Amino acid sequence: MFEHDNDVVLSSRVRLARNIKDIPFPSIMKDSDAENVIDIVKKAVYSNEILSAQFIEYDMKNINPIERQSLVERHLISPDLAQNTKNGYALIKKDNTVSILINEEDHLRIQTIMKGLNIKEAWNVADKIDDLLEENINYAYNEKIGYLTSCPTNVGTGIRASVMVHLPALSITGQIGNILNSVVKIGIAVRGMYGEGTQSLGDIYQLSNQVTLGQREIEIIENLEGVVKQIINNERKARNDLFTIRRVQMEDRVGRAYGLISNARVLSTQEYMKLMSDVRLGAVLKIIDIDIKEIDELTTNIQPGNLQKILGKQIDPYERDIKRAEYVVQKIKG
Amino acid sequence: MLCDKCKERPATVHYTQIINGVKTEMNLCEQCAAEEGLINNETFASVANFTPFSVQNLLAGLMNFLPEVGNTFVGQQLKCDNCGLTYDMFRQTGRLGCSHCYDALQDELNPLMRRIHGSIEHRGKIPRKTGGIIRARREIDELKEKLEKAVKEEAYEEAAVLRDKIRELEKEFGK
Ligand SMILES: [Zn+2]
Ligand SMILES: [Zn+2]
Repeated sequence: MFEHDNDVVLSSRVRLARNIKDIPFPSIMKDSDAENVIDIVKKAVYSNEILSAQFIEYDMKNINPIERQSLVERHLISPDLAQNTKNGYALIKKDNTVSILINEEDHLRIQTIMKGLNIKEAWNVADKIDDLLEENINYAYNEKIGYLTSCPTNVGTGIRASVMVHLPALSITGQIGNILNSVVKIGIAVRGMYGEGTQSLGDIYQLSNQVTLGQREIEIIENLEGVVKQIINNERKARNDLFTIRRVQMEDRVGRAYGLISNARVLSTQEYMKLMSDVRLGAVLKIIDIDIKEIDELTTNIQPGNLQKILGKQIDPYERDIKRAEYVVQKIKG
Repeated sequence: MLCDKCKERPATVHYTQIINGVKTEMNLCEQCAAEEGLINNETFASVANFTPFSVQNLLAGLMNFLPEVGNTFVGQQLKCDNCGLTYDMFRQTGRLGCSHCYDALQDELNPLMRRIHGSIEHRGKIPRKTGGIIRARREIDELKEKLEKAVKEEAYEEAAVLRDKIRELEKEFGK
């Protein structure tokens, strides 16, 4: 019915933190070290036949703020990397599924991102790229504690697997707090859509592993996947309950959100996210006829950076709200 | 508080960045923050009200909880000879300076890592190049487990293949 459980799961990501042997970590390294790191990683990528043809380079100091923000909003780079306009650098695969982030918190981070629930596949791809890079890079590694990272919370495997989930029904039925609290107790971190310290918007949450040392990568992945599958079941059950027991209220709620979103003249990101959550739920429950893939694409495109990129110019927040409304209305009404 | 950049609008976005160990605190208005491309101001506007859990909070919480070994012995505070980082500096930023820090500060880092991860023994991936012998040793162990299982299940053909592989690896890496 749904591809890779995309009725609940928006995307899956895997990130591997790596550092280069004998170069100080980014927190204290000199600019010359940072340049050296960029050279080493680029050389490793370009001397490999499989990798060399696939990537586009982004030098944070040469690309404009809108472009940087857009890359963050599409989850291709981290907010931290976007901030490092001195020596932040990224190599992003042309199909946007792989990013190699250079000079962020660690020398390099290999990130893979896939739609829906696809953590294992994301790990397999990241693992392969890691192997290919390792042919030409000497990683900082220690037999006892594994890959050495700039922060001890990432040491060992250096792996952070995360899944973005949309949980509107658990939120409407008031179960969300309990579920997220119990998930946290078994070593899963919960954050908002754009990572650390961000609030949840549109009932979207990011779940990720907490432990990186002492477990094998595949155990970490399977543990997260298991938790996510349970949450998917809970969310689906809540959706089903709402639709059977509170049908009229749900149709009313979805219909109102749809009415607002398709007729708005001024629309902030926050308001969009709130309405989107109901509209997306309505689409999954077939109360309204919209493809959820189109909604998800819209949700990415209306973010401030992406919107300005699409419009091809920088505009102030209020005018942006007007342009956002125009864009959404046009897309939703087709 | 007024915005550090335009000094006109009120500062609503506050952030700290650490580049090369230098900590800068900035207070900007939404518009300037967006222009700087630092954060997505609309998405981040009312941050504080949602953080059930985060890695940095955990780390900060644990570091306050652990006894300050370094400060107890004044003048003997652990320090990395390679990069000069002290445990106090690590406590402030949550970042290590270099790969040698893990050895130099291990008396204080090990308990911290044990609390975060529940273990301080890496069981994950081993890099092919740097970890040749470790890798082979672990591979031999895994093959032996498989061999035992194959014998138990009387899958003798498979067992023979596994046995040969183990011999080959043991010969190559001298056990
Ligand atoms: Zn300002
Ligand atoms: Zn050091």
